[in-house]
Order: sequence, then structure tokens, then C-alpha cells
Amino acid sequence: MAEEKKLFKVTIDNITIEVEPGTSILNAARMIGGDVAPPAMCYYSKLKGSGGKCRTCLVEVAAGSTADPRPMPKLVASCRTNVMDGMVVKNITSERVIDARNGVVEFLLLNHPLDCPICDQAGECHLQDLSYDHGKEGTRYEFNRRTFNKHDLGPYIQLHMTRCILCYRCVFTADQLTNKRVHGVLDRGDHAEIATYIEKSLDNDFIGNVIDVCPVGALTDKTFRFKNRVWFLKPVDAHRDCPKCSGKVTLWNRGDEVYRVTARKDQWGEVEDWICNECRFEKKQTSDWVIEGPTKVSRQSVISQGHYVGLKRPKETITEVLEGRKPRLLMDIHDVSQVNKPNVELSKIPGPAHSDDFKK
Amino acid sequence: MGRKLLLEKAHIDGIRSYDVYRREGGYASVEKVFKNMSPDQVTEEVKKSGLRGRGGAGFPTGMKWSFLAKPEGVPRYLVCNADESEPGTFKDRYLMEFIPHLLIEGLIVSSYALGSNRTYIYIRGEYAWIVDILEQAIAEANANGWLGKNILGTGFDCQIYVQRGAGAYICGEETALIESLEGKRGNPRIKPPFPAVKGVWDCPTVVNNVETLAAVVPIINLGGEEYAKIGIGKSTGTKLISACGNIKKPGVYEIDMTISVEEFIYSDEYCGGIPNGKRLKACIPGGSSVPILPTNLLFKTAKGDTRIMNYESLADGGFATGTMMGSGGFIVMDEDQCVVRHTLTLARFYRHESCGQCSPCREGTGWMEKILKNIEYGKGKMSDIDLLWDIQRKIEGNTICPLGDAAAWPVAAAIRHFRDEFEWHVLNPVESQQRNFGLAHYADPRPVPVA
Repeated sequence: MAEEKKLFKVTIDNITIEVEPGTSILNAARMIGGDVAPPAMCYYSKLKGSGGKCRTCLVEVAAGSTADPRPMPKLVASCRTNVMDGMVVKNITSERVIDARNGVVEFLLLNHPLDCPICDQAGECHLQDLSYDHGKEGTRYEFNRRTFNKHDLGPYIQLHMTRCILCYRCVFTADQLTNKRVHGVLDRGDHAEIATYIEKSLDNDFIGNVIDVCPVGALTDKTFRFKNRVWFLKPVDAHRDCPKCSGKVTLWNRGDEVYRVTARKDQWGEVEDWICNECRFEKKQTSDWVIEGPTKVSRQSVISQGHYVGLKRPKETITEVLEGRKPRLLMDIHDVSQVNKPNVELSKIPGPAHSDDFKK
Repeated sequence: MGRKLLLEKAHIDGIRSYDVYRREGGYASVEKVFKNMSPDQVTEEVKKSGLRGRGGAGFPTGMKWSFLAKPEGVPRYLVCNADESEPGTFKDRYLMEFIPHLLIEGLIVSSYALGSNRTYIYIRGEYAWIVDILEQAIAEANANGWLGKNILGTGFDCQIYVQRGAGAYICGEETALIESLEGKRGNPRIKPPFPAVKGVWDCPTVVNNVETLAAVVPIINLGGEEYAKIGIGKSTGTKLISACGNIKKPGVYEIDMTISVEEFIYSDEYCGGIPNGKRLKACIPGGSSVPILPTNLLFKTAKGDTRIMNYESLADGGFATGTMMGSGGFIVMDEDQCVVRHTLTLARFYRHESCGQCSPCREGTGWMEKILKNIEYGKGKMSDIDLLWDIQRKIEGNTICPLGDAAAWPVAAAIRHFRDEFEWHVLNPVESQQRNFGLAHYADPRPVPVA
């Protein structure tokens, strides 16, 4: 008879679960899910040694274990602290945690430009989500922001260092996934930056994954940048027979056009299977892929805008009220061409168009 | 006159050389432990002595040694932390420079106790000339059979290596030191695992300060119990204090932790008082990272007792009324000194030395420095003082390593005890900009850009 594995009982935000020894507090909280799971900007379960740096996942350990129930004096990084049997953890039920997390968000936003309207990461940015949850509408920082020279990282990847929050994920990715890491962190303190050695390009087969692990818009896909917003695209799961990687991806389509290809991500925004550069950057035809179906997107995500799975539209009543007539008739719009005079070229009018322009 | 254990022989001519050191009774502790004591007995003796780490944290050394994991077939390491970079602290330099064999002797005994066959001295890069002194001492110890294979026929092998740092303050933090020693960027590791379990090259490691390891020699020579009789309470033995600032006699002093702070500052045996007839304004007693204390709290504890130069008495009442013994970097300020300017100098240091790994330290230290610069140069607002308080509160305790605390505490204490000076700067912007202190030219005089 197989020996029964001893499990550790841990209580997080008053919810008790049993987990295997060696599980981190963060992963135990993720098993419970929802708001109990602390946010993580630098931790990435697929990257060994990641975590502990951003301090967004700080939690309060109210009781260390059954054997030693003393509370831990400081808040701990839940991603790098393993559970003990009988541990009691407070995340969103701790005022200390919320206060510290608010502080961390403020620190992270100190030098991170809030240019979400133009940033390519908008809609997929973990910092954006975090600041909505814990940030303030204003900033208390009155000084010039840190800026960096732009780095050219080869044909596929754009580094916008000004947006970087130094989570080190991309460094770990390059270190663990490729055999030739040519980038890392230079300098220290608030002038530390991600950079390549004498601007060498990142040209490894799997280096494109640094884009997926970046939690903010510091590393973006040059083949997609500014071509569209993610919430206008329809993510579909697809695969292909790739000799280098699993070939399992998410295609971001508009109509039949593939705008970008990314690795598939789990509910915590982490890549499930790393993909190669060929799949990511070069296979941009629908015919290159076997489509599996729509990607499941959290209803709360902005990406879900416009394409809910199983969406039920409300019943259309206007036509019924109008006894079958089209609403356009009600508004006395007979033809679009009759509204604006075809001989008026709006683009040639200096300044905004005025009714006088149409009377000429 | 206090009892001297570490610097007792430092004044003897030629004590730096092996011959003189040996003639004066050097290496007796090594002979004693190799002949009569097992490694566990040495650890036990250190426990009995009550020796607390002299690097700043004050953790009991014997207990730290007993935490060392001892798995079969895995090497263990002892690392001597000689990366003395705390502003105001220069005691280890003195010890290593003038009596290097004392450290080597302490290292051999400690290595024996811990079972470390390879022991490292990680030394601050700027102490370049001391590297030569230490290497000379190690070569002499080697030549005379105190190091190397089968020392004194005991079967114990030990070699000591000196490794220079590249001049980063963060490398004084034990896990950053280990990273640097391994040839990597000196970033602190996240604990646990602690070095006692996974240290240098993932092997069990003990990291101790220079003074701590040197103190092992008198502990063995005297016996742990005898050593524990020196001092008071949990502050046993002697402590090196590096005194500087506005005092008549700056220097390194060995005290037995029973004298009062007042006596230390004013007696002729130690600092000799404040020069030029000035009055004492404040003191940072344990190196720049510990909270500053104004005169009214410096001589009396929260309980109203006389403040003694030891761990418990200096910390009495917590940070509201106390401070820390720290590394013993004793910085004295007279009435002419500007606390705001000094706090700015410290903030600039910590901002510059932050490794940049974790966000509160990376971003917060820079933010504090900028606000302090505004206040110092008469461009601050009253709300900036509260903002500073809030920023330091958000940094403290929330970082990977204690550098965040070290950056936060001086700011917190300065505001707590000298808020009126911060307000004066805000209320008197013209005078703030026109002040010109004799010795405080190290603050950047360039105008402050205001966003």
C-alpha cells in the first residue's frame, strides 16, 4: 500500500486548504483563486528563481505554523515563502498588506509612464490592472521621470526601457530558455536598466518569449506594435506541427487576418508552453495554422470586449415598436450621401468643419 | 581604563609581523583548541561567551554557528565579512591594518569549529592596501604551519583566501556578499534559504564580521565564561567603536560596554568632548543606518536611566526614544550641524547604493533624496515632510534586504526628533539657500530642478 503523503494545512484569508509541502504561499492562494491570490509582477511559475523582487505579493503571516504559531514580524513575499503546516496567512484581510501594496504600486508607477492610451501593452498590462486595484487617481511624485535611450534589440523585439519595472522576468527567460543570453541588468538602484551588451540583438530562436513574460509594455513585438489594440482582436487557439516548439499558440485575428501570434497563457497570465520565433513572428497566415476555436478569455478582461463566448444579445425591440419599419426612417435618414455634400472635402477645410462650409 | 582584548597589543612595534605577534603570545588559541578542544567545544565556548555579531545586527554568534547545516560530504564555508562600507564605521580597517594576525588566528579557530576547509575574507575593494597586509599575514601563517594541510598534525586542512569586492555597499549584506564572492552581481538573495543551509555555491556557510571573528581569540584564551563577565547583560565582551564627527579625538576605541554615552563623548580617554566650546546637538551611535538621537535622549533611556554604550541600553524604548548599537560607527554632531543636510547626504548614499532589485528600495530611496534636496535648498513644502515620513514607512520592512530599513530609519528619526529643522527650511527658503557650513560642502550645491 502506497504511503499516504502528508499534506500541510494552510489558512489564507480564513479559507483553509491542504497543499503539498514545498508549495509557496502564492501558489496555495492560487489554488483557492480569486482575490485571495496575491498579485505578482515578477514571479513567474515557469521561471526558476523568479519572484521576490517587485514586492506586490507581500502577505502577512499571522501564525508561522502549528508547531510555532508566532506571527512573522515583517510582511513576506508570498511567492518565495513556503507554507508550513498550520500557517495562517492574511492577504486581502490584512490592512498592513493593503497599505504596503498601495505603496508598492505607487513606487512602481513612479517612473512608469501612464501612457496606457498609446502603450502597446494596454489591455494586457498587469501593472495597469494592479494600479486599478491599488493605485490612486493622482501621484505625489513631482520630479522628472527616469528616461532611457532607446535600444535596438533586433528585428522582432522593441525595448522601451522607460516603461520597464525591472521584474527580471525577461532576463530569467533568456537565461533559462535560450543558450545565448546577451541581455541583463546594468547599473544599480534607480538607474538600473535592462540592456544588451553593446546593443547586441536578441536573436535566439526562443527569445521572443521575453515579450510574453514582460508584465508591462517594456518589451513589445515589432511585427505587431501599434497595428491594432488587443481588444479589437479575436483570440483563437491554434496549433501547427513545429519542429522546434509545441506549436500551440493563440492567434490574434481581425477577420481572417492574423495580427500577431503569442504563446497560450493560463488564468494567471503565464505562458503555458514556450513558442519559437518562427511560430511567433513568421507564421502570420491563417493557412499556417490549424484553428482549434476561440480562446477562453476572462469576462473581466478588456480583451473580452465584443466577443463573449455564448453571448446572449438582448431582444431587439425598436423594429417591433416601429411595426417593421427600419429605425433609419424614423430619424429621417434616407441615404448617407444625402447628409454630406459629396463635393465638400472635409480634409481640405482648415480647422473643424462648420455648417457654413456646407452652405457654400 | 577599560579592559582591552582586541587592541591590547596593537600599539606594539612590529606587531603586524608574525614573529612579533607570536612572541607576544599570538596563535595560543589555535594551539589550545587543536590540543584540547573538539569543534563542538569551541562552538560551545563561543555560546557561553555571549558574543554578539559585531557587524551591526548583533545576532548571537554561537547560536549562528549552531545553525550551520552539516550534511555528509558537503563542504562548509566560513566567510569573513570585511566589506566595511557603512558611513561612519572604520573599526575593522583599524584591526586588519594594525594587527592582521589576530584576524587570521580567529579565522583558523572559527574554521576549525565550523569545519571549514576553505575560508574567505571578502574585503571592501577600497581597502586595497589592507589586502596586501592580509595576504602577507596569511603567507606567514602558512609558512609557520598554521594554515595548509594537516595543521599541527590534527588532520584538519584549512586555507584562507582574500577576495576583493568592487566597492558596493550592498555587498556587505551577507547574501549579496555570497553572490559577489561567487563572481556574480552583488544582489541580495531572498531568505530563506539562509546561508547556514545554502550559502557559497549552495553549501552551508557562516558569514561573520571581522571584529566578531577576532573576538573568538580572547574568548578561547580566557574561556567563554570569563569573557562573558566583561560587559553587562547580553552585551558581553568588548566592542570597537569608531568615533568621528565633531569630537576632539576621533579614532577607534575599544570599550567594555559598561561606560555611559556621556562619558564616551566627554572623557579624555575617549572622544575628549566637542571642540571649539560648541554644544552637542545629536549623535548617530551605530553607523549611518541607525536612527539619530538628540542630546536629551542620548544620555538618558526611556526609563530615565543613564544611557550605556551597549546593545540594550542604546535600543531602550525602541526607535521612539532609542536607537541601535549597530556597527559602532559613532558620529557626533555639534550645534552648528544641519540635520536636514546630513539626512540628505545619507539619503543620497543609500539611493546610490541600492541594488535596484526590489521596487520600494529602488524607487523609494531616490524619491526621498529628491524631496530632501528640495527641502534642504529651500524649495520644499510643508507637505513634503509628511510625504517623506510616509515614503520611509512604505519602504521599511518591505524590501528584500535590510538596505531599505537602513535608508528609511535615518529619515524617520530625523523627522521624529528634528521636525522643526525641516519646517525651518520650508519656512525660510532664502536663508536655507544662503547657508554655508564649514564642513558640509559634500552636499551637491547645484540648483534643484522643480517639476
